[in-house]
Amino acid sequence: MTIAIELDGVGRAYGDRAALTGVSLTVEAGQTLVVFGPNGAGKSTLLRVLATLLRPTTGTANVFGCEIPREAWKVRGRIGLLGHEPLLYRELSARQNLRYHARLHQVPGARVEELLDAVGLARRADDPVSTYSRGMVQRAALARAVLHEPELLLLDEPRANLDPAAAEALEPLLANRTRVITSHDPTGGLAEADVALGLRDGRAALLAPASEVTLAQIGELYR
Amino acid sequence: MRVLSALLRKELRLELRTLESVPGMALFSVTTFVVFHFGLAQAQVEGDLAAGILVVTLLFAGMLGLNRLYVADEEQGGFDGFLLAPVDRTWLFIAKALALFTYLVVLEIVMVPAFVLLLLGPTLSLGELGPLVGILALADAGFAIIAALIGAIAVRTRARDLIGPLIALPLLVPVVIATARGLEPLLSEGAHGGVPGKWLAILALYDLVFGLLAVAVFDPLLED
Repeated sequence: MTIAIELDGVGRAYGDRAALTGVSLTVEAGQTLVVFGPNGAGKSTLLRVLATLLRPTTGTANVFGCEIPREAWKVRGRIGLLGHEPLLYRELSARQNLRYHARLHQVPGARVEELLDAVGLARRADDPVSTYSRGMVQRAALARAVLHEPELLLLDEPRANLDPAAAEALEPLLANRTRVITSHDPTGGLAEADVALGLRDGRAALLAPASEVTLAQIGELYR
Repeated sequence: MRVLSALLRKELRLELRTLESVPGMALFSVTTFVVFHFGLAQAQVEGDLAAGILVVTLLFAGMLGLNRLYVADEEQGGFDGFLLAPVDRTWLFIAKALALFTYLVVLEIVMVPAFVLLLLGPTLSLGELGPLVGILALADAGFAIIAALIGAIAVRTRARDLIGPLIALPLLVPVVIATARGLEPLLSEGAHGGVPGKWLAILALYDLVFGLLAVAVFDPLLED
């Protein structure tokens, strides 16, 4: 058993406001952790800590055995993040954005073309991202997140703005990796989760194997 | 170098697509010369006054570039995208400084002829073009280094358009003095010879010291 993520009492505060408090959990390599919780519960903060973009203010966080943030540089290339923001330059095309990220991650250009096809953007690949619909932006952002074949995928509501057919078509790109996914869909989220985490006011109100979690427990988080 | 090339290409592409920096800088500088042309009691200027007007206009036009330098990165997630990549963060500073240096060179291609046409009394000879280009290149490098460093601090503040110039201007005073003093002999009536070596040396030393300092402190600046 290889541990991909190990958090021990992780907290993060913005000034006086605690966004995350004392979160402890373990995720094995290949597992999917689905994080539930109402808006402002700390889901996005947790993802940004795991992505090495935010320092935890308390506790210790390890990703692939490397302590964050001290050894963050060792794991950056192994993490893919799809957050609320697409992390794409609006005035550049999808192809230009992906080629830019491919060069940063030392990924061959052929992978960019492969992904543009896979996410169904090949026909509009040279148009500026600013001209895309929200669903198309989400597809381009997803291509960016998996461009370098990350071992750990951090996905903040990855199916937002995608129609059911697009969500299903993109599923293979997200599979076969360690994943942390935030979701507001109890049924869909539990179906793909190995471990479920429920956050409320930045604290872990629920942490259990997904098979042992009921829809009622998830619903309780939102009351 | 692959990373630097990717970053620099992205910067220049964004500027070509948006035209947010260079046209504004050029328009500002030409407008300033027009205002001086009509505002001064004399039709033409020379010597230290000419050098002062040229350098100060360049400085303030450059501030427009400083304020725009990191805006797309901050507003469109470019910082996060870059920070997620397994690359040395210093490349971002170098790419930003090179991009701004390029903008300043393009600006001067427009600005210097406009200055000569609208304000400068003495005629610039071909022999004086070399020293003029040399001293402006060193001034541009100094400005680009400071702007790439300070821009990264300012863009994360609420009053970024104010904070950037407030921090950068005092740091750029030595560049302004050395450039103006260096240009003065070239812009004087009946001037012969080139730029005094002392001012070229001061500019080169400033560029070197602040270049090294910026490389040393840039990485922690990007940390959360």
